[in-house]
Amino acid sequence: MNKVLLIIQREYLTRVRKKSFIIMIFVVPLLILAMGGAIVWIAKSSEQLAGLHVINVVDDTKLYANKFHDTPNIKFTVTNEDIKTAKAKFKDDETVSTLYIPGNYHKSGAIQVFSKKKAAIQITDEIQKQLNEITAANIMEKNHIDTAVLHTLKKVDFSVTAVEITKAGDKDANLGANIGVSIACAIFIYLSLLIYGGQVMRGVIEEKTNRIIEVVISSVKPFQLMLGKIIGVGLVGLTQFSAWIILSLISSKIAGHAFNSPVSPMAGIIATLSTIPFGYILGCFIFYFLSGYMLYAALFAAVGSAVDSETETQQFMFPITMPLLFTYILSVSVLFRAPDSPLAVWLSIIPFTAPVAMMVRLPFDPAPWQVAVSMCMMVVGFLFTTYVAARIYRVGVLMYGKKASYKELIKWFFYKE
Amino acid sequence: MLSIRNIVKQYAGHRALSNVSLEVESGQIFGLLGPNGAGKTSLIRIVNQITAPDSGEIYFNGEKLNQSHIERIGYLPEERGLYKKMEIGEQMIYLARLKGLSRAEAQKRLKFWFEKLGMETWWKKKIEELSKGMQQKAQFVATVLHEPDLIILDEPFSGFDPVNAELIKDEILELNKKGATILFSTHRMESVEELCDAIALIHKSHKILDGKVKHIRNSYRNETYLIEYAGERIAFNGSQPFEIMSEVIADDDSHNIKIKLKEGHNSNDVLQYLIPKARVNMLQEVIPSMHEIFIEKVNLNSTGHE
Repeated sequence: MNKVLLIIQREYLTRVRKKSFIIMIFVVPLLILAMGGAIVWIAKSSEQLAGLHVINVVDDTKLYANKFHDTPNIKFTVTNEDIKTAKAKFKDDETVSTLYIPGNYHKSGAIQVFSKKKAAIQITDEIQKQLNEITAANIMEKNHIDTAVLHTLKKVDFSVTAVEITKAGDKDANLGANIGVSIACAIFIYLSLLIYGGQVMRGVIEEKTNRIIEVVISSVKPFQLMLGKIIGVGLVGLTQFSAWIILSLISSKIAGHAFNSPVSPMAGIIATLSTIPFGYILGCFIFYFLSGYMLYAALFAAVGSAVDSETETQQFMFPITMPLLFTYILSVSVLFRAPDSPLAVWLSIIPFTAPVAMMVRLPFDPAPWQVAVSMCMMVVGFLFTTYVAARIYRVGVLMYGKKASYKELIKWFFYKE
Repeated sequence: MLSIRNIVKQYAGHRALSNVSLEVESGQIFGLLGPNGAGKTSLIRIVNQITAPDSGEIYFNGEKLNQSHIERIGYLPEERGLYKKMEIGEQMIYLARLKGLSRAEAQKRLKFWFEKLGMETWWKKKIEELSKGMQQKAQFVATVLHEPDLIILDEPFSGFDPVNAELIKDEILELNKKGATILFSTHRMESVEELCDAIALIHKSHKILDGKVKHIRNSYRNETYLIEYAGERIAFNGSQPFEIMSEVIADDDSHNIKIKLKEGHNSNDVLQYLIPKARVNMLQEVIPSMHEIFIEKVNLNSTGHE
């Protein structure tokens, strides 16, 4: 056991000391921060226009001109000049745009806004909205419908909130936030399983091609070496995640102060996110990462032991990554829409697909017994793959220059000690 | 020290070892000989508990071989290798700790060895920065750092330049003097006669010869002698107690002949015959070299098996 600890220590330290590892620790939270910053910035800048903007209306139809109403940022003025003079007059003024409604707009359909710079989307949106309202009012008037009725109509505005019925009482469930978290979890766990599993495989191949393997397994059993490597690399993964979570929390705190706007759209996003039990999801993520990682890393190690170089891994990699890829694609396309469908439930119980499938389902609060069954199956699953992998590994690491086939692997599995 | 009894190892398609038994005595330098593919490495791997035999038993100092003996054995495989990206000092300590040494102890001994072999400046170097010869030296240190009772070397001299091969040979002899038992496999017959106390010859999975080098060579004596005499060339007429196998007539008055004794005669009879006729400068028995025995045995068994 002592020797496994030594191996874990070596595997862990050689990886953690690498420059690329340290760089990744800082780069990823910075990227997350930058992305968050970009979202806040875009949201803020789209929320309102800077300063007052004047719209000079040239209305050939005379049906709309006087009916525009000002908003805090947009002021409408009406002119009787023809479009050419009106355009020429403000061609150098950034704060004034010219709205042109031609007489034949029914046919051409072209209502245009002229300005020095392309008009901001908020301006065109506001004009469109008002034009639609005015047209509607005009049509009502023509058909002798009381505009007062129209006003009352306008006040009607339903909003539907999805409410979950739980034992603890009804609670608001924000579907959007759930879907976001669920897909993020699927992507994250999918990538981490592949990345760290791949590291284990490359480690095994490295030992084999370096020929150090024979020296090491004259000191420890092949199983101890495999286990030590898998655990060591897994700890590297956990270290990386912890560092990312801590750094992201710190940086988002700092960023929150920097932006310092309580009414920013981020506040809304954060408010909806707070309905999701992050602690629970994080705990489950760590469980599913570790168990899923153990399950796949063992298989990756077996593949690494069977080949002489990384280029030969292709034929074995495909069936291993298939279930992961399959669930991943299903997850980001269908599963999050139907998190309680039989397909989703089954996928979240089969150990090979469970890490991704269950992480997709978790934000939607699946039945606790399903989570429990899934977790038990994960433990059974990784014990099983570790057993199988160890039997292939112990033979494979000493085989050189032999092109391994599936038949060969099965034979190795049945070799006596 | 090491008692190998009736080991059988079968791989899919071929048999690596058929009922091989060996005794390695404590303090011996034991040579494991045989052509490529004879089963030497298979046997060495079994002794190192890297693989297990299909049947047969191995005893280490009278105890059945088990995991606790791993720390008493040092192993240098034929295919050498170390972690390329790891610093050499750290790596040696890691390997020694896997053999049960404490960090402090490993560090102390490593310093000693590095000084001894002139490697002090290598400590912080990565393996990939070292030449092949340097890597081999480092690996040799890794093999003996935990001061094993039994040192197993698979083709120890392959890959070393002559200077380093000599250095390693001296180190092996010194370790042997200090009490370590050495088991090594090799093709190089000259090193066998020079180093080995005992050998075993393995061919096509069978042990075909084993024993002390002296005994083996003696048992292969065929009563052949080299003689150098001075004076007139003797005209042999058939009445002498030996057959002439070859004769070299030198320009000066020194003559060389190779003879084989006739039935019932010994070297004294030869001298008695020669002394009245010439001045004998040398009479030397020709004992076949291990190389000759090796070739003879292997050829004999090859034809015998097919």
